[in-house]
Amino acid sequence: MTMEMVIFGLSWLLIGIGSVFVVIGAVGIVRMPDVFTRLHAASLIETLGGGALLLGLMLQAGFTLVTLKLAMILLLFVFTAPVATHAVAQAALHQEVMPKLASDRRPHQAGGKSPEAR
Amino acid sequence: MRTVSLGIVLFLFWLTLSGHYTNFLLSVGVGCVVLCLLLVHRMGLIDSEGHPIAMLPRTLTYYPWLAWEIVKSSLGVAKIILSPSLPISPTMTLIKARQKTSVGIATFGNCITLTPGTLTTGVADDEVTVHALTRDGANDIQAGRLNQRVAKFEGSA
Amino acid sequence: MMFLMATIAILIAMALVVVRAIRGPTVFDRVLAGNVIGTLAILLLAVVGFLLGRPEWLDIALTYGLLNLISTLAVLKFFRHGDLAFVPKEPPKL
Repeated sequence: MTMEMVIFGLSWLLIGIGSVFVVIGAVGIVRMPDVFTRLHAASLIETLGGGALLLGLMLQAGFTLVTLKLAMILLLFVFTAPVATHAVAQAALHQEVMPKLASDRRPHQAGGKSPEAR
Repeated sequence: MRTVSLGIVLFLFWLTLSGHYTNFLLSVGVGCVVLCLLLVHRMGLIDSEGHPIAMLPRTLTYYPWLAWEIVKSSLGVAKIILSPSLPISPTMTLIKARQKTSVGIATFGNCITLTPGTLTTGVADDEVTVHALTRDGANDIQAGRLNQRVAKFEGSA
Repeated sequence: MMFLMATIAILIAMALVVVRAIRGPTVFDRVLAGNVIGTLAILLLAVVGFLLGRPEWLDIALTYGLLNLISTLAVLKFFRHGDLAFVPKEPPKL
């Protein structure tokens, strides 16, 4: 009985945290000034927002096949979110969309183009 | 060895997704797994890069550590987004990755991107270009704690 | 109750991201917005599946997750090379 209460409360908490962070990430996507900073806000949605929501749902489901499927979606997020984010950043650099920087610690190349932006 | 473990993983995947355990569906699953293994074997993809089983025991300690890092940096980014003045100071840095294999460097880049606040924009040989949301984030990543941890996870340090 | 709350939160977030997709100055803002909407759609499918008591929707969510990555990469490749069948002349090192 008490164990059930604890699990219920924990899943409620996790789903609440997930909802809040999803909204915060979306607000960040609207507020941030350029593509690269928006990517940071997007990764907030994909990692903590999605992760907390899915963990909360896993606690709700208990030990069933549904939990395994939720874990699979979570793993899918962990493996694909960085790939997509990195692809967007690299494509933006390739098209010479330069980030607005406060400070740049890279050794400078001629033309100001980074060697990775092939 | 690797082929057998990949086969087990693929069959567990089938069991999870199907949810029906009749004889017919199980035998179809075995057939699919064998077909996949034959194809992958022919393509020569089963090596330490395609199916890194040696890293498996170390994931048990590495993933919780990474999750905690993600939570910490997420709170930082959320604070930045919610503060009215938007105190960002985007910084690009170049970091030398300490990992030996390409799997290790890919893991390092992915973990940088996965933690909110830092983002890999390019990899050339063993130098990783990182875009950080704030100067503090760039200092953090240059301090090299994550670098060290991923090298340990990879098994080369 | 909390499923309803999470659903509403995800819908609000989707509306905000659509604002960015409409306003976004570069094409990459729009690709990013599309990717994030895909992620939010996966979460929405999972949460609404629980809300309506139909966890079978998780299969759809999984498929949508795979398609989301492929579509993002395909759109980016198209904008980068102008051709989906592009093959680089020399294979990348490493």
